[in-house]
Amino acid sequence: MAEIRVERLHKAFADFTAVRDSTFTIRDGDFFCLLGPSGCGKTTTLRMIAGLELPTSGRILLGGEDVTFQQASRRDIAFVFQLFALYPHMTVRSNIAYPLRCQGMPRAEVERRVEEAAKILRITELLPRSVSGLSSGDRQRVALGRAIVREPAAFLLDEPLGALDAEFRELMCDELRALHDRLHATTVYVTHDQLEAMAMADVIALMNDGVVEQVGSPQEIYDKPASMFTAGFIGSPPMNFIPFRGRLLPGDRSVQAGEAAVEIPEAREGTSETDLMLGARPEHVRLSARSQMRASVVEAEYLGTNQIVTLATAQGTLVKARVPSEVRVRPGETTGLEFRSEKLSLFQRTSGRVLRSALHERVAHG
Amino acid sequence: MAELILEGVSKSFGRTRAVRDLSLRVGDGEFVVLLGPTGAGKTTALRLAAGLESPDTGSVRIGGRDATFDPPASRDVAFVFQQYSLYPHLSVYDNLAFPLRSPVRRVPEPDIEKRVREIARLLHIEEKLQNRATQLSGGQMQRVAIGRALVRKPAMYLMDEPLSSLDAKLRAEMRIELKRVHREVGATILYVTHDQTEAMTMATRIGVLEQGRLVQFGTPREIYQDPSNVHVATRLGSPGVNLVPRDLFPDVRAPVAAATIGVRTEHVRIRKGRNGSTSGRVRWIEHLGDQSHLHVRVDDRADVVTLVDPDTDLSVGDEVHIEMVAPLFFDARGERVRP
Repeated sequence: MAEIRVERLHKAFADFTAVRDSTFTIRDGDFFCLLGPSGCGKTTTLRMIAGLELPTSGRILLGGEDVTFQQASRRDIAFVFQLFALYPHMTVRSNIAYPLRCQGMPRAEVERRVEEAAKILRITELLPRSVSGLSSGDRQRVALGRAIVREPAAFLLDEPLGALDAEFRELMCDELRALHDRLHATTVYVTHDQLEAMAMADVIALMNDGVVEQVGSPQEIYDKPASMFTAGFIGSPPMNFIPFRGRLLPGDRSVQAGEAAVEIPEAREGTSETDLMLGARPEHVRLSARSQMRASVVEAEYLGTNQIVTLATAQGTLVKARVPSEVRVRPGETTGLEFRSEKLSLFQRTSGRVLRSALHERVAHG
Repeated sequence: MAELILEGVSKSFGRTRAVRDLSLRVGDGEFVVLLGPTGAGKTTALRLAAGLESPDTGSVRIGGRDATFDPPASRDVAFVFQQYSLYPHLSVYDNLAFPLRSPVRRVPEPDIEKRVREIARLLHIEEKLQNRATQLSGGQMQRVAIGRALVRKPAMYLMDEPLSSLDAKLRAEMRIELKRVHREVGATILYVTHDQTEAMTMATRIGVLEQGRLVQFGTPREIYQDPSNVHVATRLGSPGVNLVPRDLFPDVRAPVAAATIGVRTEHVRIRKGRNGSTSGRVRWIEHLGDQSHLHVRVDDRADVVTLVDPDTDLSVGDEVHIEMVAPLFFDARGERVRP
């Protein structure tokens, strides 16, 4: 097993820059997610780690060894694609054994590894069957089996659950994470689905437009977004942004947002009067008749576990609040908004960058 | 708008019994969602209401009139499909006006314009009226498709998974929009989906279908809090309800017939430390941002998932005591048993 280091990685295709100056380290044994919208450079990054693409500049180290220009087949890495390409005319056993047979491994050893991989994936009873009759979940397990038998230093997975329906995806997330906990193999996982990344990863690198926006644990990225992009990409529903014009001094513990004075985590940097954005997660918004920040209820969406209430402020900004199911609200009624002040973020609207505060002190920018 | 009543409706295709003895009343102005997995019979039920299929037995009444064997055109219903089929060579305006320009309707052009603009305003596509249909985003196209159903003021709307081809963000927006349209127009809607969030957030009442049968019919709150069997309990709620063997929790007071205990994640209370039989070990903490899911392994036989605050001081391997609030009980066949 191995640590993967990516240093100042850059990739350009003609006049299009896919990946810009990316640097991050994937610790040995971590489940690492490259997350971002389509076209952000996450798959290109993964393909460079695999050796399927050569960087324009920068280095890749695998277990301390520089592999930047090493052939894919000589890197001790297994790749699992979104569309699991299995051999339809072969049995599950032959499909899993295939990469080892190609290496010319002795039959007994192949047998031992296939049995073990099947046991880990709980598909032992499927071994003699043909892959053509399998469900999509079982096919994905076989594709994983083919990666596992090689006992590689690292697994690279490119949207392996993208082709599955939502209900099944959730199940496979649990399964993949449990598998990782048994194998402890360094895993790099590419996805555009923030829920998958949040559910499985030890560390997430969020990419946007070729740039790594932020690297951190799921909770760090969720609680302390470094930019409006991160705050808006992560979360379901995502973070609310309430625009206002204001100024800030280091040490301030509140801001004047329109009519309302809003308490915030102590500011660690200031700004002269400019366009600012108050960022609040839906679960940190409360409805309070007393608050000066007035809002009218647009809609309430009951989810059982809780409900999402959409409100419109006097300026017309839509704000979503996650509140207990028991709270009864009616569309059209007027109330006020309150926030869990220690969880709020402030952003500079033009740059989208977060303003440092007691909450955001140790944010790792990409 | 009008009410729809299905009474004892059955429909088979060859040996497949798609809908079995279905009785359902969609009241005037109601938004009823039929929820179920693929093959549960929801689309067949909708097609029976539309007149695209005729029932083997039973009757369909629309607005108090027996419509069982009426052809679709004379039922005065508007259908919205999963795949929006717009006329690509026509503008948004002409796409919306199309149903009104049908020769049988003979709506005067000024009335058409008034109605099209009204609907465009309602769906927030006014500024797109002159665009070609192909120049729209997926969400806008689906809004036009819904708009085309709305321009006609029919007796009721029938919708078959109209949001399933949209991405998650758009789906969330359209859910709110449909709900608003329903309220503002006072429309009667029968809507089919396999997405529990759509059912929970939009429906005035949900009908849960399982293998062609209606297993429960009630408000989202009724169905979530008081499911009639295991199937219904697992269909609603995210994360899903915990189902554990009854004998795993011998201390819990349960009816004699109880074989399985069901408990919602928000109804599992945990405390550090162990306390006899109802304890387990933290296997994995899933940080989902707004809350964390704690997976607790009990007796190496079952996982119980519970919600904890992201700031929890619990960690993997910790022994915890489990307490259940308002557990549900099910017998060996999965039917609800009440204390």
